Amino acid sequence: MSKIEMTVNGRKITGECEDRTLLVNFIRENLGLTGTHVGCDTSQCGACVIHVDGRAVKSCTMLAAQANGSVITTIEGLADGSTLHVVQQAFHENHGLQCGFCTPGMIMASVDIINRHPDGLDEATVRAELEGNICRCTGYHNIVKAVLDASKKVNKSKGKKAA
Amino acid sequence: MGMEGIGARVLRKEDKRFITGKGRYTDDMVVPGMKHAHFVRSPHAHAEIKKIDTKKALAMPGVIGVLTGKELKADGIGNIICGWMIHSKDGSPMKMGAWSPLATDTVRYVGDAVVIVVADTKGQARDAAEAVEITYKVKKAVISAVESLKPGAPQIHPEAAGNLIFDWEIGDAKATEAAFKGAAHVTKMDIVNNRLVPNPMEPRATLGVYDGAEDHYTCWTTSQNPHVARLVMSAFYNVAPENKLRVIAPDVGGGFGSKIYIYPEEIVCLWASKKTGVPVKWVSDRTEAFLTDAHGRDHVTHVELAFDKDHKMLGLKVDTIANLGAYMSLFSSSVPTYLYATLLSGQYDLKAIHANVRTVYTNTAPVDAYRGAGRPEATYLLERIVETAARELGIGADELRSKNFIRSFPHQTPVIMCYDAGDYDASLNNAKKAADWDGFAKRKAKAAKEGKLRGIGMSCYIEACGIAPSAAVGSLGAGVGLWESAEVRVNAVGTVEILTGSHSHGQGHETTFAQLVSERFGLPGANVSVIHGDTDKVQMGMGTYGSRSGAVGMSAIVKALDKVEAKAKKIAAHLMEADEGDIVIENGELKVAGTDKKVPWFQMALAAYTAHNLPSGMEPGLKEGAFYDPSNFTFPAGCYICEVEVDPDTGTTKIVQFVAADDFGNIINPMIVEGQVHGGIAQGIGQALLEGAHYDETGQLQTASYMDYTMPRADDLPSYKVSNTVTPCPGNPLGIKGCGEAGAIGSPPAVINAITDAIGNNNLTMPATPLAVWNAIQATK
Repeated sequence: MSKIEMTVNGRKITGECEDRTLLVNFIRENLGLTGTHVGCDTSQCGACVIHVDGRAVKSCTMLAAQANGSVITTIEGLADGSTLHVVQQAFHENHGLQCGFCTPGMIMASVDIINRHPDGLDEATVRAELEGNICRCTGYHNIVKAVLDASKKVNKSKGKKAA
Repeated sequence: MGMEGIGARVLRKEDKRFITGKGRYTDDMVVPGMKHAHFVRSPHAHAEIKKIDTKKALAMPGVIGVLTGKELKADGIGNIICGWMIHSKDGSPMKMGAWSPLATDTVRYVGDAVVIVVADTKGQARDAAEAVEITYKVKKAVISAVESLKPGAPQIHPEAAGNLIFDWEIGDAKATEAAFKGAAHVTKMDIVNNRLVPNPMEPRATLGVYDGAEDHYTCWTTSQNPHVARLVMSAFYNVAPENKLRVIAPDVGGGFGSKIYIYPEEIVCLWASKKTGVPVKWVSDRTEAFLTDAHGRDHVTHVELAFDKDHKMLGLKVDTIANLGAYMSLFSSSVPTYLYATLLSGQYDLKAIHANVRTVYTNTAPVDAYRGAGRPEATYLLERIVETAARELGIGADELRSKNFIRSFPHQTPVIMCYDAGDYDASLNNAKKAADWDGFAKRKAKAAKEGKLRGIGMSCYIEACGIAPSAAVGSLGAGVGLWESAEVRVNAVGTVEILTGSHSHGQGHETTFAQLVSERFGLPGANVSVIHGDTDKVQMGMGTYGSRSGAVGMSAIVKALDKVEAKAKKIAAHLMEADEGDIVIENGELKVAGTDKKVPWFQMALAAYTAHNLPSGMEPGLKEGAFYDPSNFTFPAGCYICEVEVDPDTGTTKIVQFVAADDFGNIINPMIVEGQVHGGIAQGIGQALLEGAHYDETGQLQTASYMDYTMPRADDLPSYKVSNTVTPCPGNPLGIKGCGEAGAIGSPPAVINAITDAIGNNNLTMPATPLAVWNAIQATK
């Protein structure tokens, strides 16, 4: 068994799990944070993307034990209280989701994409960067729109030139 | 149209829970004492089960139960059935082989469930499953439907000699032969429609809970139609009587058809919960989903289309072999028959059609409806052969289509359907304009200078939605009626709850359905809640598939709203001492027309529940229900244009523009409709360029993960140009036709027509991978 201590969505947690427990399963089953989803078993779909120490990670590619001591943000911790994160708001306003299953991973990945492109994004970059997240409902059209929209808003609020 | 009424782009009410991680899917459900199941599945495509030894598994840590098909049968659980009877042309009924939820004697495809293991944790269940010892005698397997029909092929079910399930026909063979005799030109093609795996992002899951004190079962499941699941599990599978079985389909992460059917796992987990005394949850992993979710398509067809000297279509001959896999899934028989061959007239004034369809067992996963279900197969072969004919005849693909369009409605086709309304010129012109059809030659020349092969392809689809008039489908063999139900509850404070038999798994019903109430009563959408997916709340419903929630589900809501409105007006008239005929409802108020007298909506509602001052003899309360049975199918149609650039050195295809011009009749929420079209197009492009389920000759599925089955990703697809024209559907009160499947139906032939145009070789099958396209280019050299 592994003892786990980590900060999840701003709260220090401790827990215990089998050594073989994947981080995504620890988050879903031990912590009850079921917004992070499992859509495949080959680390292809991206439904389980969370932030580990500020970087987007497919939480099925890590053991919970490997994340010991990390600072983790899941979809449940993205909004600031009742104020949605700009990316969440953009997915809503651009109809960037349908069934909602890929959405948490899509949003967490998108936040990371925008963070890594402080000078703004274009459509081709967004499409290339979203390659690790599969959506079966939207055909990506409105997801791409949402990410571009959010990127513009983030950069505008920083006073930077948007792409 | 109000701010939140019909036609408004209302943002989705359901979004907030999904974007904040508060969606509640079946795998998120936890009940006290819950344990976990793992299924032991056949590793062989075809084998006899000689022996099952569960002793070692039972002794493993955490194991609660290891149960087999023999025990299931001993408890009287029934076989899984196909609910649509088709008769062969000789009058004999289809030959349905037995499908036990857990195989007892024979396994017939890789993934066939044999044993369920229940343990404290998922890991323990999986570990114990590996300790179950099953002795198989492996038999020869057959994968291809064409091979399966050949003499000497392995016999899959004793009930179906030669693996033939039925040999069915539609249309007039003699008239079609006669039409071909007088033809000036006949185009002939052999067409394969590739096997696909639906792949909703949420894998299937179920949680079965047996309550011994109440002798009651609860089934959480990833279903598009929980009421049908309850009906079938009760009436046919003998799991529990309907009043003792509650089925809940909470948030469901996409369906695309694959979550219509009742699979072995729901049945077995409910039964296992009673057997073991604990709630039993099973969640499919992705490879299990590839192996066991019902697949789609898989047709092989020879088609011939005859023209007169003026290029008018005279007749169409179709001979199809459809692969139904190892067992007949719930609606499998209807897909290659009444959902397919009845659409073979397309948008064209065809006088004579004959189609023959043979359905076949193979040692592959069951095949059933996948987004479009039969209509993509019909559209693909018709729009491929029309495009091919245009090339052979040397006239424009648009011109040949236009020359043969149906322009007078209602139009009776030779294959049952009676089209009620449409304007095919409007969508053709709309699409051509959006795509700059006339400027293509310039773009092609420019691409050629850059060493690229540019091509353009068109597809004019029609489909049948609004499924379906119950008596009509009953006469064609359906085991159920296909009406829909609704109940509208106005609460004492005037808020409204809509209970619907439709099920939303991405379609945005909570928003769209509320728009009907906003439109009718001028109430804000926030005051309206939509309740669905629970057999304890909604009495009965037929669920969501076949693009039916709009045309059928919303029509039922309209019927119930009519009744609510009538009673509300009576109450308001009584309160204001006016004639009920003078009451109008606007902006949340009931007014006496031409006066300043009015009663707020909430006050009327409160009056209905206090019942202190109601018209004489009126019952208190304000709650009305309705069942709506459609009078006809609806006929969405449209024109899609795809433009591609192919790299001749690598065979790589880039879609440089994709135009969809649809006619869905009236539209309630354009934003949601566009989203449906985007998603459908992506699945259609996926079929055309990327996706294909592939079994090796021993029946191992070689495309059983996202490493091997190419799902369309963001960088595989373009943005789409989507627009629509409107001919209202005359058959339902809202004039709507349905939009959920159009994208997947219309797009594959447009893509393949474009690539074959680009490379100058018409011999290309889906998926048009770079290798397939490169080979096709080499064949022209």
